[in-house]
Amino acid sequence: MEFSYEVEGGNFAKAGNAASGVKKVLKQLNVDPKVIKRIVVALYEGEVNVVAHAYKGKVLVDIDTSRIYIRIEDEGPGIPDIDLAMQVGYSTASAMVREMGFGAGMGLPNMKRNADAIEISSKVGEGTVVELTTKLTS
Amino acid sequence: MKVCDIIEKLNLKVIGGEEGLQNEVTGGYTSDLLSDVMGNVDEGQIWITLQTHRNVMAVASLKEVAAVIIVKDLEADENTISQSNDEGIPLLSSSMEAYELSGELYQLLKG
Ligand SMILES: Nc1ncnc2c1ncn2[C@@H]1O[C@H](COP(=O)(O)OP(=O)(O)OP(=O)(O)O)[C@@H](O)[C@H]1O
Ligand SMILES: [Mg+2]
Repeated sequence: MEFSYEVEGGNFAKAGNAASGVKKVLKQLNVDPKVIKRIVVALYEGEVNVVAHAYKGKVLVDIDTSRIYIRIEDEGPGIPDIDLAMQVGYSTASAMVREMGFGAGMGLPNMKRNADAIEISSKVGEGTVVELTTKLTS
Repeated sequence: MKVCDIIEKLNLKVIGGEEGLQNEVTGGYTSDLLSDVMGNVDEGQIWITLQTHRNVMAVASLKEVAAVIIVKDLEADENTISQSNDEGIPLLSSSMEAYELSGELYQLLKG
């Protein structure tokens, strides 16, 4: 099963649409609620990062019987130093974004913790691709 | 203890999500940083915050918290309230500050 969502940079009102959509699908597939929670936490953080840091993006979801694969790709400034970005507390979020309670520098670490595998590739000035894979059976 | 019992004991206002007033409360978490809450709140806890925008309900729903309490009588955005109603997760408000409210809730759940 494959489907996708568009993500708009700067539009916080819509952040979380992909995560709540995927949650519904996984519930219908009777996936363990604990596994669902990990998947949607990671996806939500990825969506918010596109909204907060990039111009626009897309979430591609591919589910088969054993695993879910999520690819979050965006057009945006890219991440110059991925190891640095992965560190808890590192954030370049704007003052406006911080005021909303984002920008703690915990999103990428949360994604890593809540996915079985995470792959990040990025080109400065072009964009970022984050791939998340998680087993559906616990 | 249920959300409705806590509302009565701590004199909270219900702003939205009445459907969830019977939710069982297992604890609480106080934070205004959304990804901190994403990473650390547990299902069934009450989340205490000063944030009032809609993403609060997105996080609350994905983590399946028992209820959200907004402190200091801050006013929730219109779309925060409507999402709380859609999700059936109670959105509550208190005149107390986070410190005071967290202390009261802790006492209540401990006792
Ligand atoms: N899609 C992206 N495009 C460009 N930069 C990104 C992207 N995702 C993350 N970053 C960079 O990595 C940093 C760390 O990301 P992370 O999600 O951990 O924290 P944050 O988004 O700043 O805050 P939080 O997630 O806690 O709200 C960001 O501040 C930003 O500099
Ligand atoms: Mg982030």
